[in-house]
Amino acid sequence: MAKRKLQEINAGSMADIAFLLLIFFLVTTTMESNYGIRRKLPPPDTEQTEKPPVVKKKNVLEIVINGQDQMLIEEEPADVKDVKNIAIDFITNNGKDPKSSDSPQKAVISIKHSRETSYKKYISVYNELIAAYNEIRNRYARQKYGKPFDKLTEEEQKAVKEAYPQKIAESTPKR
Amino acid sequence: MGKFSKKKDSGTPAISTASLPDIVFMLLFFFMVATVMRENGEKKVMVRLPSADQVKKIEKKGLVSFIYVGKPIPKYRAKFGDEPRIQLNDAFADVSEVGPFVLKEKAAKREEEKPLMITSIKADEDVGMGIITDIKEELRKVNALKVNYSTKKGSVLDNK
Repeated sequence: MAKRKLQEINAGSMADIAFLLLIFFLVTTTMESNYGIRRKLPPPDTEQTEKPPVVKKKNVLEIVINGQDQMLIEEEPADVKDVKNIAIDFITNNGKDPKSSDSPQKAVISIKHSRETSYKKYISVYNELIAAYNEIRNRYARQKYGKPFDKLTEEEQKAVKEAYPQKIAESTPKR
Repeated sequence: MGKFSKKKDSGTPAISTASLPDIVFMLLFFFMVATVMRENGEKKVMVRLPSADQVKKIEKKGLVSFIYVGKPIPKYRAKFGDEPRIQLNDAFADVSEVGPFVLKEKAAKREEEKPLMITSIKADEDVGMGIITDIKEELRKVNALKVNYSTKKGSVLDNK
């Protein structure tokens, strides 16, 4: 009875407490996806805005989506998975096909949609168009600099963007 | 020999659980750090984001104003109906309130950060483009031209 052994604190329940907290945070966590498609809107219309420049019809790739999510590209029915290739062919035509664009600088893609078009359809088509531009720019960057577009310096990226400018026009549906 | 015989009787020793708290704490800290407590209250609209693959990540979360668009959650159906609605912060709003909302968000930021502001539209995949177009028009009016369509990462062919 000379020395009583010092009693250790029981740490067995620490795991339980930690589990409790863990489960609380597990449940409350929402891994917020912060991905998205970037888009720069055109500046607001003012009275002195000049009339839009006249673009030759052959330099415009007309995409129309109706209220039932049906799509026409240049008056031909088309599917979302075809959009990218059609756009690539159109942009890189360089005057080969007299009915298609003269040069990448002149090529304009126009999207018309109605107020009933679903958001997902619009996003799908828009995404495909961006994919087309990204692929063309990547191709050009590899050819010219031997590197994909993301790896280029800022000036080189600018040069690529100038060679293949992204011209996507949207027309506002009427009320 | 009693000194040694004691050890014999135990079979396989029990697995030590002493490191269990450490492991659990590690997980706990991970989730604590990863958790984002939503500061703008509850979501009042249902949003299922569409998928896309040409996406970029938003780096500076503090410079983003979110606009939610979708059908009201069932609790609010009776009051606000079935049609897609806009939610700004934690209240339903009209299209005309989008502009003032963005300007208010902008006014709260530092001067050098103002040009970097992004407006993120978190819209349900099934809403019509009409409401989105109206929002875009409002944003153009207040010169908030940087827009981000919030999406999931995935193939567009999943948007069926």
